[in-house]
Amino acid sequence: MIGLELPKSALQLKSMLNNVAINLFRPIARKYDEAEHEYPKELDVMRGAMGGLGGRRPPEDSAGKGKDKPESESLGTNMMTIIGTEEMGYGDTGLMLSIPGRGLGNAAIAAVATEEQKQKFGDKWAAMAITEPESGSDSGSITTTAVLDGDEWVLNGEKIFVTCADRCEVVVIWATVDPSAGKAGIKSFIVEKGTPGFKLEKLEYKLGIRASDTGTFVLKDCRIPKENLLGSAEVKKRSTEGFKGVMKTFDNTRPMVAAMSNGVARAALELTREKMEEGGCKLDYHRNINNIGSMEKEYYMLEANLEAMRLLTYKAAWMADNKEFNSLEASMAKAKAGRCGTLITQKCCELLGPLGISQKYLAEKWMRDSKILDIFEGTGQIQHLIIARNVLKLSSKELR
Amino acid sequence: MFGFLMSKEQKMIKEEVGKLVKDIVIEDAHDMDENGEIPIEAIQKAWSLGASVSKVPEEYGGYGMTDSPVETAIILEELAYGDMSFAIAATLPALFIFPLEEMGTEDQKKKYLPLYCKETYTPCTLAINEPHFGFDPVEPKTLAVKKNGSIILNGQKCFVPAAEKASHIMVAASLDGKNELFIVDRNNPGLTVSEREKNIGLYPLETYEITLSDCEIPAEDRLGEGRGCDYDKVLQKTRIAMSAIGTGVSRASYEFAREYAKDRVQFGEPIAHRQTIAFMIAEMAYEVECMRLMTWKAASKLETGHDAKREAYLAKIYAGEMTMKVTDYGVQILGGHGYVREYPVERYYRNGRSISVLEGMAIV
Repeated sequence: MIGLELPKSALQLKSMLNNVAINLFRPIARKYDEAEHEYPKELDVMRGAMGGLGGRRPPEDSAGKGKDKPESESLGTNMMTIIGTEEMGYGDTGLMLSIPGRGLGNAAIAAVATEEQKQKFGDKWAAMAITEPESGSDSGSITTTAVLDGDEWVLNGEKIFVTCADRCEVVVIWATVDPSAGKAGIKSFIVEKGTPGFKLEKLEYKLGIRASDTGTFVLKDCRIPKENLLGSAEVKKRSTEGFKGVMKTFDNTRPMVAAMSNGVARAALELTREKMEEGGCKLDYHRNINNIGSMEKEYYMLEANLEAMRLLTYKAAWMADNKEFNSLEASMAKAKAGRCGTLITQKCCELLGPLGISQKYLAEKWMRDSKILDIFEGTGQIQHLIIARNVLKLSSKELR
Repeated sequence: MFGFLMSKEQKMIKEEVGKLVKDIVIEDAHDMDENGEIPIEAIQKAWSLGASVSKVPEEYGGYGMTDSPVETAIILEELAYGDMSFAIAATLPALFIFPLEEMGTEDQKKKYLPLYCKETYTPCTLAINEPHFGFDPVEPKTLAVKKNGSIILNGQKCFVPAAEKASHIMVAASLDGKNELFIVDRNNPGLTVSEREKNIGLYPLETYEITLSDCEIPAEDRLGEGRGCDYDKVLQKTRIAMSAIGTGVSRASYEFAREYAKDRVQFGEPIAHRQTIAFMIAEMAYEVECMRLMTWKAASKLETGHDAKREAYLAKIYAGEMTMKVTDYGVQILGGHGYVREYPVERYYRNGRSISVLEGMAIV
């Protein structure tokens, strides 16, 4: 059945997280845009409390209310995550990325770790380190190495653009155990902070999402226990199974980035609308689009784009919940939302005029924040490549 | 229930319409366009599926099924994927039947529905568009005035499909500042139907300009009689229909260009192997999906009994803009071949232009 109205349980989660966005994130959004690299200690209250963000189970207090009337319908984990993520992004993307214990590394551990690894690292704040100075979108070309020496792996290399680098407790590091095996040799390893040979080299100064810290790690003869390798150690020649497995986690994280973009775009549009209405512009979705002011027309087109990117995001998440292969849809959502989020926030600053570039308002910050969402977890161009290969049924050799 | 999956019935009807389009529309679409005509047998075949009368109670000749805007949107996309003119022509009577069934009085339904809810396709139509600069469906210049128990209509309408053959035309006009619909008999002496219009696209679709000059109709032919009708609801339904049609036209262009790009070899390999082309195709792919999802979203709002003013409006403006973009890309990817009428992409481009311009050409 095609039905695109959210059920009550989803609306409850949405409104609960909207509260967090407005009451916890917004009041400190500017503070940590300015205090770059400083940990937003106000987020400590969210440590552990965010189990429900992913929709795995609604927090006790909200679930208690309707206990005698079980929800006739509820959405899956991915949909609930996407709905929650949009609200958090609506609050503040940089702060959202700084929620303790919710790093990308945590997602990887939750997805592929063994029981022992989950026991040991499940509660730790885990960052993810893939990118290297010479290896960005082409993540199959990483050169960080891991060599087994007795009961330990010895890691050497440099990792850049690691989110939560300073704040995290452990880092999931991508490295190759056999450089001659190409992608088949790439594995991920859990490295604890404080391990000798593992050094946080520097923190970046960024265009936006300044509340979130981004750092560089250097690994120099860094020795970690053998059992810290995530998943299987076996290197199957010419098999990219392991690498593909890691890439597959992107099918879940890309819609999340798209959802963040939906949230930021919504925030910018909401402020723009508020100011337009204060200025006497009536937005009632009524008159022919060519018979209205250019500001209204622009606004409507931006809102239509937001609607489009949100629906693509929902679809990708819904497919994941229904165990459908959603690689194409995840990339579509990311490509559309990443690009349009950037354009919407740019345009809102223009429509807001002087208010749009003043730091008195958050619009200029949203324009800076939004830009990253068309870059990390695969740039818009990489997404287009994935979509094109998929719909044209071309291999990565045919369409490079 | 939230979900993106078609129900069994929805899948069945999509396949059924898809098959019909494949069998009798796609191959003939070029000839229909050149001849400016749709064979009546083809229209009759589509009419026989019964989609346009399914909601009408059995006593008036329908099937008495539940109204499903989502299902109608699926059908319109499929039909328009074959040919946009065909999609409009084959579902044309619905433009008259739906408002009548939903907003007409008992007497009006009894009088008019059985005339058009028949096994044979019988044209009747709706007149919304007007031939003047700054036309706005929510501000029709056509005026209705009450006079001695009758209603006098004055104004001009354009792009009225099948106005020549239709026995009745539903006309949008403003009465005491409120937009309403009026049933006008084709033989009314106050109604003049002009020569057939010539347009940028939609060649096979017969459209006409009509003039209403002191056109007197009985008060009981005001839709809904004394209480009037919900014109905005009709607009919502037609806007969703136009975005469904835009989705279909865009999908046709996208799929054709995609397959062409894989076959066309230049510099020793298919042009699809180049990112400039491949990225255009990727964009076409997700924009078609966006249009479809926005159409479904608005339709599902109506289906669950909500007002869909915002969603219908946004779906229509989005489809209007994106249909142009996607069909433009279609021509561009084929290059010179895209510009000649031997290939269908130039037709999609011409037809696609009307999505954002026209209102009330189909209904969900």
